[in-house]
Amino acid sequence: MAKSITQEFVKGLWDEIPPFRLVLGLCPTLAVTKSVENGLGMGVAVIFVLVCSNMLVSLLRNIIPSKVRIACFIVIIATFVIVVELLMQAYTYALFLKLGIFIPLIVVNCVVLGRAEAFAYKNGIVRSIVDGFGIGVGFTISLVALGALREVFGSGTFFGIPVFGASFQPFTFMIEAPGAFVCLGLMLSLMNLAENK
Amino acid sequence: MGDYILLAISCILVNNILLAQYLGCCPFMGTSKKMETAIGMGMAVIFVLVMAGSITWLIEAYVLKPFKLEYLRTIAFILIIASLVQFVEMFLRKSIPALYKGLGIFLPLITTNCAVMGVCLININEEYTFVQSLVTSFSYAAGFGLALVLFAGVRERVLLARVPKPLEDTAIALVVAGMLSLAFFAFKGMV
Repeated sequence: MAKSITQEFVKGLWDEIPPFRLVLGLCPTLAVTKSVENGLGMGVAVIFVLVCSNMLVSLLRNIIPSKVRIACFIVIIATFVIVVELLMQAYTYALFLKLGIFIPLIVVNCVVLGRAEAFAYKNGIVRSIVDGFGIGVGFTISLVALGALREVFGSGTFFGIPVFGASFQPFTFMIEAPGAFVCLGLMLSLMNLAENK
Repeated sequence: MGDYILLAISCILVNNILLAQYLGCCPFMGTSKKMETAIGMGMAVIFVLVMAGSITWLIEAYVLKPFKLEYLRTIAFILIIASLVQFVEMFLRKSIPALYKGLGIFLPLITTNCAVMGVCLININEEYTFVQSLVTSFSYAAGFGLALVLFAGVRERVLLARVPKPLEDTAIALVVAGMLSLAFFAFKGMV
């Protein structure tokens, strides 16, 4: 019944990869994936918050009364989000400006709260850290993949480096809001297709 | 007055919180399967967002700013929103049971609706005055409701259509949202 540590990690990469398998955390996914760089930055921030909050929730799980647990989770998460916010402001200011309000909004990212509630509150500390890390890495992979797709077609670059010749006409639809929804939908359907084969 | 109307139109249509700024997508996907739930959620968001928008503005202006506590904004705002939602829920249950029945189950969901938190942060970042924040809070919420109801209408029709297997459920919903977003995209440059 009990999964090994490796399994806990791997499940975040495919079986429960957000935002495809767990349809949570859509807002940052759609909003920050205009480029690979933004996606990666957001992903790393989420990994940090997820690992730390999972760890703390798991440590405190016997102390937190179950009636007020959601409020406690939110306070814990908000604390780490502020840490990330200040760190990014200090070391990666350009990225901080680009991600804008989406950094404080990690607080209401349902992936983080969802893992605290569904996993960390019921499991030991090592498992919770591994789970947070796995889900976080999975989330980052999704963001980077979506970011790559949109950046390559939408602005003809990858990590800011042009990939097509000068004659390439950027497909602006992809980096605008409608493109985000359609891309995510199509990627999800491709995953379903791969699953059902 | 004209300025406020312009601001309202820009928030409802041009910068629609859902379809142009991507905030509040989780409840958007979750509660849009039926028209009734979509209307309930829309109303609940309008109700809470107007209150949250004004209270967070006041807290920012009279507590966080004077005491140089801006770095605590995230935690302060989320706590305000969470406790506000709880309070509204208790208040409605006691005094307006009819409304509570309508909004009841959607209220707890609003705490993690990033549209609410997002609008509060936008109000601060754009340095709106109190009245402007009230207008934007209401119009962003109205825009959210509008998009949600429109989307629910489309989604009810999609249920009857034959959709390719891999695209079923969430995938087709996202593509439909993309189309709807394209329609709202046409408002860009209007204001």
